[in-house]
This record gives sequence, structure tokens and C-alpha cells, in this order.
Amino acid sequence: MEIDPFIFRLSIFILSIFIGYYVVWSVTPSLHTPLMSVTNAISSVIIVGAIIAALASNEGNIFSSSSLFGYFAIALAAINIFGGFLVTQRMLAMYKKKKKDK
Amino acid sequence: MSANLSAVFYLISGVLFILALRGLSSPETSRQGNLFGIIGMIIAITVTFLSVGNFSNGFLYVFIFLIIGGAIGSFIAFKIPMTAMPELVAGFHSLVGLAAVFVAISAFINPEAFNLGSPGKIKLASLIEMSIGGAVGAITFSGSIIAFLKLQGVMSGAPITFKGQHLLNALILISIFVLTYLLCASQSSNLFWILIGISFLIGFLIIIPIGGADMPVVISMLNSYSGWAAAGIGFTLENTALIITGALVGSSGAILSYIMCKGMNRSFFNVILGGFGATEQSTSNQNKEQRPVKSGNADDAAFLMKNASSVIIVPGYGMAVAQAQHALREMVDTLKKNDIKVSYAIHPVAGRMPGHMNVLLAEANVPYDEVFELEEINNDFANADVAFVIGANDVTNPVAKTDPQSPIYGMPVLDVEKCKSVLFVKRSLSPGYAGIDNDLFYKENTLMLFADAKKMTEDITKNL
Repeated sequence: MEIDPFIFRLSIFILSIFIGYYVVWSVTPSLHTPLMSVTNAISSVIIVGAIIAALASNEGNIFSSSSLFGYFAIALAAINIFGGFLVTQRMLAMYKKKKKDK
Repeated sequence: MSANLSAVFYLISGVLFILALRGLSSPETSRQGNLFGIIGMIIAITVTFLSVGNFSNGFLYVFIFLIIGGAIGSFIAFKIPMTAMPELVAGFHSLVGLAAVFVAISAFINPEAFNLGSPGKIKLASLIEMSIGGAVGAITFSGSIIAFLKLQGVMSGAPITFKGQHLLNALILISIFVLTYLLCASQSSNLFWILIGISFLIGFLIIIPIGGADMPVVISMLNSYSGWAAAGIGFTLENTALIITGALVGSSGAILSYIMCKGMNRSFFNVILGGFGATEQSTSNQNKEQRPVKSGNADDAAFLMKNASSVIIVPGYGMAVAQAQHALREMVDTLKKNDIKVSYAIHPVAGRMPGHMNVLLAEANVPYDEVFELEEINNDFANADVAFVIGANDVTNPVAKTDPQSPIYGMPVLDVEKCKSVLFVKRSLSPGYAGIDNDLFYKENTLMLFADAKKMTEDITKNL
């Protein structure tokens, strides 16, 4: 009997929760704020769905309602991707400076 | 690009995201971690473009929206002051939530684009997944908006409660499940819109009763929700990168909420059900008898510190409000020149989000190896000469250890009172967030410095 591909995705999901659990506990408490901003940035990988929504099935009409939702979602996710990674970079750079002073 | 090849690349970007979080285990590896995250994101976006393979006019618009969003995001990232990080993160969460809602809507009205069947005949599993993704996204969006407004001070930080609140919330939550079931049975688009609508409503209702002091928990919780929303959409799109990321972010937020709750000795449900500030008022009024306090000036404080051999600084959010972190660093520099050992003690819930105080100190050029967490430094107070409490209050209150009646009883606190002498910078004797009197004010060895934190710190530096 063939296994439904859903089960594979579910396995990836469950194992990732465990990875997340152990990786996040190893994050030093002083970096919890950068942790939040970087998780913010990476969760915006949802932009993948937005791009598919915007580009697919346009059959001449690039402004169908589903594409429009896609475009808006792209803009929202892009704010998060750029904003999230850059602000994390900015914070982490401050932690770096100390190292040099020493 | 073949589906298998793109799946492999999505897996690679998922692994890079894991490494991005892993890098945060120490400040040295953290910047490299962030770079992994950026590379992972670039791979995911590029692969999506290649696998869709549609470079028509629509592609141009995708690019324009990407640039617009990117420009806004970059602008915010460079402009935002570090004190406003909690608001920023809350705002960003709302965007992830809304993006998830938009993708879910798009998948519902045009399922062919995602290989999910045709309108009215969407595969059952996909329909469940997009309902979950959309609903959790909507809750994240409206909840984060409320959190953002409360943090910004646009909305009062006081809990907003009304009669039958919990009953109403419970009914709405049940109706979300019922609607999802009906939606799957009927594929009706009206039900889908209602489902999204009431999810926005419940997000709003869940957050309004939670007080300003609990915002660190709320932000972490919404962080977690934004992850689960992404994972839900990831299942719909059958996309590994999204599933892995969603699970990572979901568990990350959940762990941070747990750490924050533990820092306040409160159960998660106690925070979520809200009304913390409301119950405390009655207890604070009872113990309002006048007790003598010793107060001093900058000169006294400078004298005490000059004769000390070790000083522990206990900063709190009040320091950030007074913008005293740079003045504080200058004071510490002067102390260090006099061969006085200085360290910083940080309570888990100092500041308004997890790790907020560390970032604020880092911004003021405080070396991170002088900054310690509660468990690391709590035993050192007994051996230190001076504790300098600046802008913190409830987290130093010994009542948490001595008085079982107190609302903060059992909360881990910094053992500041064990120091030979305590300098407490505060504008008045008014109670802190928890609304209770701090016993530390009235201790023999406490010297109150009534002044603005920044001004007092500058004055002490002059007197040193």
C-alpha cells in the first residue's frame, strides 16, 4: 500500500518541532530579541506561496483577484524579510563591537 | 525546474533556517547564522521563480511589489530605535499573519494555481490546511495589531474586560471549528469568508484583556502563532521550507512564552485569561501605611560606590524610558577606572520583550560578557558591596520570597537586599507594574535616590 505524501510532510513537521525545541533552548537568553526578529524574517518564507498566487494562471489577466491577493502578500512578506533580517543584523552588530573593544 | 529538484532546494533552505537559529547560541556565531538565514531566503525565492517559470508581465509586478515591500522594510529596520523593538516585532508579526491570510484566500479562490483541485472541488486535506493557516493567520494579525497599539501607548495598557468575555471567546472558538467542518462539507465560499472574519475578531478579543505588564508573553505567543500559520500554509502548498520554518518559529515562540511565564511565576492560562492588573489594586491599598525610608543624593551615592570593590547594576525598563543607558555606561566606565568590579544583572522579564534589556545595554556599548542572567549572578549579591537598581522595581521585591499573600509570591527575583548597600534610583515610592509596594525601599541598607534616572546617573558620575 502506498503512503500518502501528507504523512511525509507531517513527519517533516513533527521532527522540525523537535529540532526547533532543542535549537531554541540552546539560544543564549541575551539574544532572545534577535531570535524573535530573525524568526519573524524566516517565517516570511510564506512569500513563496504569495509568488505562486501572483504568477499562476494569469491567462492574459495579470490582475485576477487571486493574483492581487498574491501581490499584496508579496509586499507584506517583503517588508518582513528585509526589515527582519536587517534589524537582526543591526542588533547583532552591536554585540560584535564589544568583542573588538576587549 | 522539476518538482523534485525544487523540493530539494526548499529542503536546503529549511536547513539553512535551522542553522540561522543555531547560530544564536552565542554572540560570536550569531552574525554568521543571520547570513545563513538570508541565503536560505534567497534560495527559496529564486527556486519559486524558476519552478513557476512564468516571466510574463505578471513577473514585473511581482518584482515591483517585492521592491516596494523591501524598501519599506529596510527603511524601518534602519530607523527604528532599539527601545521600540517590541512594537516593531509585534508589527512584523501582524504582517506575517496577514500575508498568510492573503495566501489562503488566494488558494481558495484559485486552487488550480496550487494544484489543489478546482473551485468548489478543493481536496479535503488542502481545504482543512488552508482553513487552519488562514484562521491562525487572521488571529495573529488582529492580535498583533492590538499588542502593537498597546505597546505604542495608542491604546491603554490596562486590561479591557467585560462580563461574559470568556464565554464569548469560547463560543467563537467553538464556532471556528464548526465552520471549518461545515466548510469542508459544503465548500461554500461564504463560510470561508465568515471563518476568516471571526478569526480576526477572536484575535482582537483574546489580546484586549491582557495587561501591559504581560506584553512579553503576548509577543512571544504571537510569534508562535505566526509560525503555526506559516506551517498551515506550508501544508497547503506542500512546501518543505515553509513547513520546517513554521515548526521552528512555532516552537521558538512557545518556548519564549514559557520562559517569560516562568520569569513571572504565572501559568500560561493565567496570562491568557487576563486581568492581572485588575486583581492587584485591592491588595496594594491595604498596606499603604507610611514607613520610613532613607533617601540620599548623588554625592552619597558616589561616596558609597567609590568605597566599594564590587558593584552590581540592576537595570529595568525605567532605565530605557529615561534613556539613561549611555549615562549609565559612562558611570560604569568611571567606576572601572577606579578598579571597581562592575557587572549587570538582568531579570528574564526586564524590558518589554525577551532579551530586550540585553539589546539596550549592547546598544550603549556595554560588553556582553559583563551582563549576567538571574541564575548566573544571584549568588553574587551577597558578596557585592553595592547594588545599583535603576528603573527596575518588582523584579527586586523580596516580598516574592517572604509573603505567600503577595500576588508576585514565588516569582524569581534578584536577591538585591543581600548586598551590603542598595542604591535605588526611582522618581517616587509609587509601586511598579504589579501594583504592589516594594519592601526593599524600607530596608536598613537601602538608600533611595529620588530623581530622573538619567540625571541622577550623570550627577553621580560627576561626583565620582
